[in-house]
Amino acid sequence: MAKPLLSVENLSVSFDTPKGVVEAVRGISFEVGQERLGIVGESGSGKSQTGRAILGVTPGRVSADRIEFDGIDLRNAPARVMRDIRGQRISMIMQDPRYSLNPVMAVGWQIAEAYRVHTDASKREAKQRTLDMLATVRIREPEKVFDLYPHQVSGGMGQRIMIAMMLIPGPDLIIADEPTSALDVTVQLQVLAILDDMVRDRGMGLIFISHDLHLVSSFCDRILVMYGGQIMEVLEADALEKAEHPYTRGLLNCLPDLDHRQDVLPVLERDANWLLTNGASE
Amino acid sequence: MITVENLDIAFGSGRGRVHAVRQVSFKVARGESFGLVGESGSGKSTVLRAIAGLTPGWRGAMAVDGVALGQKRARDFHRRLQMVFQDPYGSLHPRHTVNDILKEPLIIHKVDDIEFRVLKALDEVGLGAGYRFRFPHQLSGGQRQRIAIARALILDPEVILLDEPTSALDVSVQAEILNLLAQLRRERNLTYIMVSHDLAIVAHLCGRIAVMNRGAFVEEMSGDQLRAGTPEHGYTRQLLLASKGYDRAAIDQFVEFD
Repeated sequence: MAKPLLSVENLSVSFDTPKGVVEAVRGISFEVGQERLGIVGESGSGKSQTGRAILGVTPGRVSADRIEFDGIDLRNAPARVMRDIRGQRISMIMQDPRYSLNPVMAVGWQIAEAYRVHTDASKREAKQRTLDMLATVRIREPEKVFDLYPHQVSGGMGQRIMIAMMLIPGPDLIIADEPTSALDVTVQLQVLAILDDMVRDRGMGLIFISHDLHLVSSFCDRILVMYGGQIMEVLEADALEKAEHPYTRGLLNCLPDLDHRQDVLPVLERDANWLLTNGASE
Repeated sequence: MITVENLDIAFGSGRGRVHAVRQVSFKVARGESFGLVGESGSGKSTVLRAIAGLTPGWRGAMAVDGVALGQKRARDFHRRLQMVFQDPYGSLHPRHTVNDILKEPLIIHKVDDIEFRVLKALDEVGLGAGYRFRFPHQLSGGQRQRIAIARALILDPEVILLDEPTSALDVSVQAEILNLLAQLRRERNLTYIMVSHDLAIVAHLCGRIAVMNRGAFVEEMSGDQLRAGTPEHGYTRQLLLASKGYDRAAIDQFVEFD
């Protein structure tokens, strides 16, 4: 692989709670290039906190030996530098468009705003770019959708709008945190196809955070499997069926299978030893 | 056991009228497990809620065990038919202990032996007596769903309606809950109607499956037919294809079905 876009070494995120320190992420290391990297895990595995720590938007305490993006050290970057990176060079797509969009602003102007914050484009230019972008994410009648408010659009369209907003400043890396989990399966795949085409055409990197092992394996190039804040296993996506770690195997087995009839689903047995070693790395 | 004939439900009026369920008919035999699958807005949950008596203003005819259902349900009806909801975070009273939650149906239906039944119900869903005085916030999502199932079972119903019972849970917990539901049905000869958007889950738990789109049944088939990948209708085939993961080439072929 060429020089990675992002490299993370020994990243930890912890939270101080009344019951003591909770370690959400425990010393993980990975690299992302111009590829689609999937991070898979169950709730509480630390997958979302990993994405947030990269952008410095977690309320938790972050420590790392290295978080380097395109030669820039993100750990001690001043707020001014981080503001330029967030949105413009690394952007994040959240799970539910209903909570991520401003409910009292037309969606078109929200996208245009994302563009104008990072460029000195005029209002008219931003509007034109927005209409082009809406067409790129395959929204029919962009002119009409431009003036709609978030409550007037469907979930699938809302997520396309979010993607348009995140892509319009032309980022190098996108962190997508369960971007399609709130959508119906067919719409989910259509939205992923848009993201996929963008990543290919523009040579971006994508970190795709999801709980859906099958979806990630069919969509991404590589997969990190996380459990208890650690990376259990790193896999080439097409080698998922050959996964060796008992956690990955357990996750695969406990899913009902559309091709075979099972009376009882195997239940995942967790092993405390999984967290004693330092986890897998690349 | 359950007969639904020409069920038709519409909400609102005038321009805002939404025709949620269109002329839906099906039968479920005693001890059978029937699945309703569809995307959001297909009307699958509305059908379930109408059977439970939670959707007023339906038209058509419904009967449970030969007894026709009216718009209002008698108290006895709910001893025979209970429901488990999707969101175990929203369906349990946050200020009631597990004990209060499980006791309530017994008090409403004037059943005695409350303590014995509460402990038995907890035991049946794989939680011990130790959970009896906990509050919902002291339980995990899977444990909460077990409590919701225990509450549905405590009156010894014959029919249980399941509305996406595992969609809020992690896959490993989902497997435990699906196993529990399958085991309870075997042991008590329960009749299930389950609603889900996930074909794999419905095919796993249900012997017979109806696919819904825009309020109407698209087709009905057996779980084996679905597994064999031989649905007849294009909508079902597309849904099945989409459930098998990301395939860039297939996605461009997706069409809208009316």
